[in-house]
Amino acid sequence: MAEPLIFDLSVNGRRGFALPALDVPEVDPADHIPARFLRQELPLPSLSELEVVRHFTRLSRLNHSVDIGFYPLGSCTMKYNPRVNENMARLAGFANIHPQQPDETVQGALQVLKSLEESFAEITGMDAMTLQPAAGAQGELTGLLIMKSYHQKKGNHKTKIMIPDSGHGTNPASCAMVGYEVVNIKSDARGGVDIEDLKSKLGPDIAGLMITNPNTLGLFDENIGELAHLIHSVDGLVYYDGANLNAIMGWTRPGDMGFDIVHINLHKTFSTPHGGGGPGSGPVGVKKHLEAFLPIPRIQFDGKKYHLQTKCRESVGPVLASVGNFLVLVRAFAYILVNGREGLKNVSAYAVLNANYMMQRLKKTFDLPFDRFCKHEFVLSGKGLAKYGVKTLDVAKRLLDFGFHAPTIYFPMIVEESMMIEPTETESKATLDCFIEAMEMIADEASKNPENLKNAPTSTPVRRLDEATAARKPDINYFQKPE
Amino acid sequence: MKFTKEHEWAKLEGGIVTVGITDYAAHQLGDVVFVELPAVGSKVTMGATFGTIESVKTVSDMYAPVGGEVVGVNEDLESNPALVNESPLDAGWIVKIKVADAKEFDQLLSEDDYKKICE
Amino acid sequence: MANYIPTTPDELQEMLGAIGVRNIEDLFAEIPPELRLQGELNIPQGMSEPEMIRKVTRLAQANETVDNNCCFLGGGAYDHIIPSVIDHLLLRGDFFTAYTPYQPEVSQGTLQCIYEFQSLICGLTGMDQANASMYDGSTAAAEAINMATAQTRRNRVLLLQTVNPDYRRVIGALTTPLGTETVNVPFEDGAIDPAKVQELINDQVAAVVMQYPNFFGCIEDIERISEIAHNAGALAIVVVNPIALGLLETPGKLSADIVAGEGQPLGIPLSYGGPYVGFLAAKKALLRRMPGRIVGRTLDVDGKAGFVLTLQAREQHIRREKASSNICSNQALMALNATIYMSLMGRDGLKEVALQCFQKAHYFKRELAKIEGVSFPFTGSFFHELVVKIPNARKVIGKMAKQGIFAGIPLDNWFTNLKDCVLIAVTEKRSKDEMDHYCNLLGGLING
Repeated sequence: MAEPLIFDLSVNGRRGFALPALDVPEVDPADHIPARFLRQELPLPSLSELEVVRHFTRLSRLNHSVDIGFYPLGSCTMKYNPRVNENMARLAGFANIHPQQPDETVQGALQVLKSLEESFAEITGMDAMTLQPAAGAQGELTGLLIMKSYHQKKGNHKTKIMIPDSGHGTNPASCAMVGYEVVNIKSDARGGVDIEDLKSKLGPDIAGLMITNPNTLGLFDENIGELAHLIHSVDGLVYYDGANLNAIMGWTRPGDMGFDIVHINLHKTFSTPHGGGGPGSGPVGVKKHLEAFLPIPRIQFDGKKYHLQTKCRESVGPVLASVGNFLVLVRAFAYILVNGREGLKNVSAYAVLNANYMMQRLKKTFDLPFDRFCKHEFVLSGKGLAKYGVKTLDVAKRLLDFGFHAPTIYFPMIVEESMMIEPTETESKATLDCFIEAMEMIADEASKNPENLKNAPTSTPVRRLDEATAARKPDINYFQKPE
Repeated sequence: MKFTKEHEWAKLEGGIVTVGITDYAAHQLGDVVFVELPAVGSKVTMGATFGTIESVKTVSDMYAPVGGEVVGVNEDLESNPALVNESPLDAGWIVKIKVADAKEFDQLLSEDDYKKICE
Repeated sequence: MANYIPTTPDELQEMLGAIGVRNIEDLFAEIPPELRLQGELNIPQGMSEPEMIRKVTRLAQANETVDNNCCFLGGGAYDHIIPSVIDHLLLRGDFFTAYTPYQPEVSQGTLQCIYEFQSLICGLTGMDQANASMYDGSTAAAEAINMATAQTRRNRVLLLQTVNPDYRRVIGALTTPLGTETVNVPFEDGAIDPAKVQELINDQVAAVVMQYPNFFGCIEDIERISEIAHNAGALAIVVVNPIALGLLETPGKLSADIVAGEGQPLGIPLSYGGPYVGFLAAKKALLRRMPGRIVGRTLDVDGKAGFVLTLQAREQHIRREKASSNICSNQALMALNATIYMSLMGRDGLKEVALQCFQKAHYFKRELAKIEGVSFPFTGSFFHELVVKIPNARKVIGKMAKQGIFAGIPLDNWFTNLKDCVLIAVTEKRSKDEMDHYCNLLGGLING
């Protein structure tokens, strides 16, 4: 049953919230503000509090979520979002502080941030951090701005960034936003960066390399040391996309692999909730020689007090109007405290265990383009079902009928009909076995009854949607009907 | 009718080359949702991009098969981009170019050569 | 230590057997020994949940809050009344543990909420379309500028000095690498003289960026300035406070092309700066330049109405280096926060909040004017923020803080020529008693 739009539930005269009565003498706004700056109509809906509660409660029930079931989205790290972290983020001492309050009044908050910087630096093997970027993509942008400043300061003429063809879409987009050209590097037969291809494209105009390790195929590139060395040989910088950090915490560190800059996705590795698409948080770490370029404000401790420092001449500037997504950072802080050094190592250990277990079992049913131990995620190909007229999209839609969210599909682009599966460490063997059985049933169904897949899903609140019309005649504003 | 390896077709009539995308390309793209057209009067060079064509999940550049001046664009595509899928070789044409050097048109692929590429 | 990993020792053995290895270590064998971490991470051991709560709570308690202090701070973030029901809805796991709605069939809740957000923002701002949100007001403003430079193919922008100075710094950091040059337009009497804009504009300017109400709380003639922009072929970008739009005319009616703003005043806690939610709205012609996610309404194969992410071919995961922006995540949960607030308050409620802010701020000014030594450097109309000049302002603010009042923001943080000037914000949450107490205290501190 479809839930009406809030505007369609509106009845003039309803009020959802009663304000305290006005306790000061009134004046006529028209006496103080010119009439042309006073609005006449305000097209907001009017509902009672209960109607609002029902509307949004019913809408929430139309969603799949980690709380409801498995969400094996590769590179998204859909792990459990601990409830206690929600409590910590809602403590009045954190939620009710104004960003313009003087530093002396927010010492607790600044201490949380400084401590978090230190933990992240240790986990990633870097020397200094900023917690400001609001998401992974913003972290990438920040890292690239730092790269640009570094090269400008040294008088290097650098115009290009190397990115493997398996890279996430934000990588080249971030490069474009900073004015760098992208050079695509091929992957080799083992799924890692093709060193010969990289060497052939390496030159003095290369500003750096942007990669993740393990890569988006879930494979650890053992040549990372050599790759870093090659980039450094032209005074380029190596950037680590931290999307896959969940695979290696406590086992290895990007700083030790030769990376100069890293970003972390707190909404992936550090359990902060995805929220239906954000807020995330994308802290960035750098090696010492890049510290001066970090965004402002920096958090400093003088032995007695913490304060925010904005007088950093070489900083790339602030990338956000605040210290960062503070309450998201609080959640990550709490998560690191309960896990500790051994807990984080276990997180990666079991994430890798779960992925390899699934891979070994599923490779009997689906094509596995790279048959070697994976890290926390792996990629299958649905191309074997093409002969039944079935695409990976159809498998994904059919999985929805089984109560699972589909894996990431059609990424990375270097694998045909790809499905990228990342179980995370918080899933039980029972859940994994259920999913594997569902996948096996769907593959079998493809050979016998491909129509079931093509028509899927059938048990979800809506079925397949007409995305072509949605793009051709966009209806994106209730107050304006498309032509 | 001649073709390019980027899956465009081109038809020369009275000094004007009409350009569109092939059936193969339209099929690959899926439902076309938007066509970004160049301005009438703008100049294009052979092999350079003159616009983009968007489907729900992809976007592709379109490359000028010949150089010259854009003298016409298919304005119907603004309200009905689906024409490219329904009739890619006819009603779904995209631009008309007044060709500067007719020799460039002769260099394009024949239908047989183009079919070989698609295999 | 944390207990979020469900796998038992028996299951571990089963799984290792299925993989064909002896222990988990074997699964990390391909990492070269010289890259393997020696020993353990140098962070403390894991705590139990109660121990963590104790430690974190102590850190929270080491902060002064707006609960036990009276907050007159503004400058982009405001202490408004937040209805209690909002958080209960946000804590529904189906909202906050859901992912980006890439599989729309199982994400209709998230998608419809975003569609409602987009529509509410359009209704509030008087624009044709809005996206699913940006990180905050400052980055929304920066992306608005990127839209304008791409659309006009010009690379200069007139940035009015009365736009939030922190936003101006973020704009500088994010737009300069793309080759955008920002030109400062200085203020006089706390506002911008349109004649100054006319003086500085030319056919290289892609956009004029203004704030409404401006950083000093003043209401500028954004209609006239937009006209000047249009006459030069430039776009008008207006950065707005959404609560002000409960009283003030929409930027849409006043000829803005793009509206950016900060949604924190719409029921989002102060949060020491984040997570907040930026919003971005524009006129129809700019639809394809809009960055970020956009939700559209459509039909499913059964003819049932539903929602999808649409126009995705603008975004990074498809356009990659040709994308108009690299933004991936938005701030979906905070957009939901704002949507629920706007739904609860509704038309009459938002109007009343805005009106109370206006009335209380104007009352406060009248009372402040009675204090000897207090002056107002700027004339001109204002909404709920104003600038006062107080002798030895910083010292006075410090003393008031010790009395539990966050008296205002000293403007010489940013403007060296505004010494002793303080930016004060008054919201519907401030009571007459609080304001009278402030005035008594202030009067005593200035005049002994």
